[in-house]
Amino acid sequence: MNERHKEPSEIMDDGVEAALSRLTPEKIQAVINSVLKGETGARFKAYMDTCIHCGLCSEACQFFLSRDRDPHYSPVGKVKQTVWPMVKNKGRVDTDFIRRAVRIAHTECNLCKRCVAFCPFGIDIAYLMTVVRRIIHKLGATPLYLQDTAHSHASTMNQMWVKEDEWIDTLQWQEDEARAEIPSLRIPLDKEGAEIMYSVIAPEPKFQAQLIYQAAAIMHVAGVDWTMPSDIGWDNSDMAMFTGDYEIMGRIKRTHFEAATRLRVKKIVMGECGHAFRSVYDTGNRWLGWAQPPVPIVHAIAFYYDLLKTGKLRIARKYSHPVTLHDPCNVVRGGGLHEKARYVVHQLCDNLIEMHPNREHNYCCGAGGGVINCGPPYKNARVAGNRVKAEQLFDAKSRGAHTLIAPCHNCHSGLHDIVHHHGIDLEIKFFSDIIYECMEKPDGSE
Amino acid sequence: MVVSSAWDWSIGEKRVDTKSWTERFLQVQEYQVSADGESVAAIVALDDQAFNVCVNGALWDTPFDKIWRLRFTPDSRATALVSADGQWTLAVNGQTWPESFDYIWHPLVSENGQHIAAAIQQGGRYAMALDGEVWPNDFGTIAYSALSPSGDRTAGAVQVKVADSGQLEAFQEGTFSAAVDGTAWGSTFVNVWHLVFSPDGQHLAAEVRQSLYDYTIVVDGKPWPQQYTCVWAPSFDPVTGHVVAPVRKDGHWKMAQDGELLWQRPFAQLWQQRFSPDGSRLAAIAATAFGRWTVVVDGHPWPVTFAGMVSDLTFSPDGRHIAALAKEKDHWTVVVDGKPWQHRFERAWPPVFAPDGSGSVAVKVEMDGAFTFAVDDRIWPHAFERNWEPFFSPDGRRLLLPTMNQNGYCRKVVEKF
Amino acid sequence: MTSLYAFVAGPLAWAAFLFFFGGLCYRLLSMLRQVRQSEPFIFSYMSLRYSLRSILHWLIPFFAMGWRRNPILTGVTFIFHISLIAAPVFIVSHVVLWDEAWNLSWWTLPDAVVDVMTLVVVAACLFFALRRVLRPEVRFVSDASDYLLLVLTAAPFVTGFLAYHQWPAGPWMTIAHMVSGELLLALIPFTRLRHMLSGWLTRAYIGSEFGAVRHARDW
Ligand code: HEM
Ligand code: SF4
Ligand code: SF4
Repeated sequence: MNERHKEPSEIMDDGVEAALSRLTPEKIQAVINSVLKGETGARFKAYMDTCIHCGLCSEACQFFLSRDRDPHYSPVGKVKQTVWPMVKNKGRVDTDFIRRAVRIAHTECNLCKRCVAFCPFGIDIAYLMTVVRRIIHKLGATPLYLQDTAHSHASTMNQMWVKEDEWIDTLQWQEDEARAEIPSLRIPLDKEGAEIMYSVIAPEPKFQAQLIYQAAAIMHVAGVDWTMPSDIGWDNSDMAMFTGDYEIMGRIKRTHFEAATRLRVKKIVMGECGHAFRSVYDTGNRWLGWAQPPVPIVHAIAFYYDLLKTGKLRIARKYSHPVTLHDPCNVVRGGGLHEKARYVVHQLCDNLIEMHPNREHNYCCGAGGGVINCGPPYKNARVAGNRVKAEQLFDAKSRGAHTLIAPCHNCHSGLHDIVHHHGIDLEIKFFSDIIYECMEKPDGSE
Repeated sequence: MVVSSAWDWSIGEKRVDTKSWTERFLQVQEYQVSADGESVAAIVALDDQAFNVCVNGALWDTPFDKIWRLRFTPDSRATALVSADGQWTLAVNGQTWPESFDYIWHPLVSENGQHIAAAIQQGGRYAMALDGEVWPNDFGTIAYSALSPSGDRTAGAVQVKVADSGQLEAFQEGTFSAAVDGTAWGSTFVNVWHLVFSPDGQHLAAEVRQSLYDYTIVVDGKPWPQQYTCVWAPSFDPVTGHVVAPVRKDGHWKMAQDGELLWQRPFAQLWQQRFSPDGSRLAAIAATAFGRWTVVVDGHPWPVTFAGMVSDLTFSPDGRHIAALAKEKDHWTVVVDGKPWQHRFERAWPPVFAPDGSGSVAVKVEMDGAFTFAVDDRIWPHAFERNWEPFFSPDGRRLLLPTMNQNGYCRKVVEKF
Repeated sequence: MTSLYAFVAGPLAWAAFLFFFGGLCYRLLSMLRQVRQSEPFIFSYMSLRYSLRSILHWLIPFFAMGWRRNPILTGVTFIFHISLIAAPVFIVSHVVLWDEAWNLSWWTLPDAVVDVMTLVVVAACLFFALRRVLRPEVRFVSDASDYLLLVLTAAPFVTGFLAYHQWPAGPWMTIAHMVSGELLLALIPFTRLRHMLSGWLTRAYIGSEFGAVRHARDW
């Protein structure tokens, strides 16, 4: 090997290092104890007291499997290196320990909850890792790229520092573009009383505006009564959830829900994103005091399923290439959308080549849980940490798959890195790419 | 406030033939109705490149390349954001502001409808414009733009120091402030959210974060001495000028006033507080426990709670009654003074109180996929494709009902039912 | 000698059961109290249907993905736990004691079967210990307490087996058996062995979350 890959332990993160240089043992201890005592409860204690250290959860974790079964990467192994010493030493740990804890909790766990299905007691290791992340947040030692994203959320209520005018301008631009193809198409802004508010993550207006175009085309063709907010609350993403900055998580989720209530829509349909689904469907609403989202959340997979099932959307010709389907953790283990995803695939394509394991037992793409958002310093380690996914992809490819459908933004990027790194010749697409390509469009378009 | 006594309150109907618009124009966008119900308007497409606003069948004098955000002011003038030759401005009844900008958005209207402000971007710099006049200073970004109730002052959260993406420390030292009429406060904060003017427009309060962890309320640039783990938007007592805000500590929310606890009782959530018009009562939306939502009046929750959500807290003009919308599963209802109506709705719009002290409440509602009106838990027997929020006559005896069906727009004035 | 026996069979046994049942009740109540205090939202998500769904699926050997991926351990742990509970509950000599003391008696297992079960428990503990040493991912998370728990668990079975077979003859082994059994009972609520109670609850909670909210299998 010409290029020497850094061991994960050698990775330097400027944000983390700057924070560590400011920390004192007293501060570390005070913060750890305030979180452990003040913010955890029966659940944390039960997980700590119930875990019999059997290691059965190891088989679940893509990091463990990809890193040649190195015990440091097993779910319980990560707890041993982070939570146990914090509890045992009553918070007396040093900065080297915190540096390691940052690396483990932020870049070596995708919070994918696969291990829940491997631990006989259903111990939620992902939850324990979020407790560690909360401590790291309170110490100010979150990895730089991820923290910057949290700053963006706090300042702009979106993930990518998109300014208020840039957002509206982008929608109007995409509307213009799309009208060249479908003249009567609209992206209705602030349409009070529409059935549906469509929300996206900020990378769409920032880098992938064609996804908004495609969504608008699908809405138009299916005759959906929809709207998008011109004001803040249009972004459903949430990296604050992954940094452990729950106050900001609550703030941005409130903004999102209030955009929908201001527009008095019946439901929120969201684009093909997994972590955002986790945030609006399960996590953010809870911090705000809602057991269920106050406005029903429909993920794009379920939305396309409904449109196809009811015949509102018709496929003109099927997608010609064999496809394989990646199950994004957050909508599959987090929302049970795997069968609907397969229905949509079968409507669009004749040949689905399954990866194994799949559905609830899928392997995470390795990007989820904010790991990819920790940025370039960790990229090689992240790809190396998900060899099992590469093997799955290779296998699907060798059985003829040409296109990889990944109905989640994070998965898309994570899988792109894996496919690129290993030179696996798979084209990665969203459902909306294929639906847009294959659906019946009104006469006069094109 | 709007003077509704001058409106036509005679019982009867006035129609506008909006049906023909769809034949006249390539596309007719969402209809908007003026507060007095006399005008109905829509953005219409003349061809692929040109748009105009049609009000009661008449077009504005000049078409534009693009138009969005058509709304009526409380004094029934039609406004929209319009663009010609790549420049944007605001138009009122077809008359544009003399100045135009690279972009304009978030229009705000004073209570009497006389003044209009909006956020603008010019050459990548940000400011507010009030009735066409731009702030003397501009900023790197603007958000949470605000207009004082009488419409004489504007404000926005602005970034006054540069912290490029990735400069964590610079950002955490505080780059945000609030600007009033273009002049920023001397103090900076990590974040500034939700600017609120006092009723007389003399003071400005906001939520701020002083570090990643310490939140408080700032009034005219000066933070409360106390810090909290989170805060929500403040409000001014209309009589005393005190500032109240929900604050979070130890995982619970309480109501604070000028930094001191006002309500001792903790809540799982607490927000959207409102003063009665005379300032004697303070109500807020709260979750008394996880997933149990209600209205709290002067610290005392209503006896009923709802799992879905509670919204649109409204005081009657005399301050004696409170109404709110509540959602349970998929259905909404109206709750007045703690008593829910029997009827369930697919959707409901903000409750409207009669001004006569009777405590009567009228609401635009959706039932079985069609729209109608409900007054004091009675349902108007006709349904419409579309309707707008009802309005009580000054004596509270009649109702203005703006409606639309296949035949077009119809302004009805009926006896209260 | 007889007074020592009387003490071990009397007050010490009382104390052991008191610690066992009292301790488990205390654990349960303090857990519920803590949920109420700090995480009341958990109650909103508990669902009997999905709790049972999850637990039942995990009670079937080799059904859950986690079991199937570790087939040997799965086989051992099921036989171990069944024997661990069935042997002491259904052995004739224990039932006789209950009968004498409380006039309570129930169905029993033949002594030969219990004998095998006892050996199974001891062998399983040896297997667990060996696994702890040999499997790197298990060794990594093991410390002395894990081995001590195995000793604690195996002890009453080893001594019981020896006492039954009278090796060595005399009352000492019986007393050792009684003491170690009582020690195990008393310590269950205060060690990770309390998984016999809390394990059901953690599974029920995650089963509820996966069933009612996530609409996904957790096995
Ligand atoms: C009745 C309810 C119980 C249930 C559902 C239960 C369940 C489990 C499960 C799922 C494991 C993990 C798999 C394994 O490592 O074998 C385990 C391990 C274990 N259990 Fe239990 N258990 C119960 C009662 C007990 C009792 C009463 C004891 C001891 C007195 C006990 C002792 C152990 C030991 C020693 C281990 C294994 C440890 C190792 O790998 O070192 N269990 N139990
Ligand atoms: S949540 Fe996923 S990534 Fe994290 S330890 Fe469990 S299996 Fe591994
Ligand atoms: S499988 Fe469960 S009990 Fe076993 S080590 Fe992992 S978390 Fe602990």
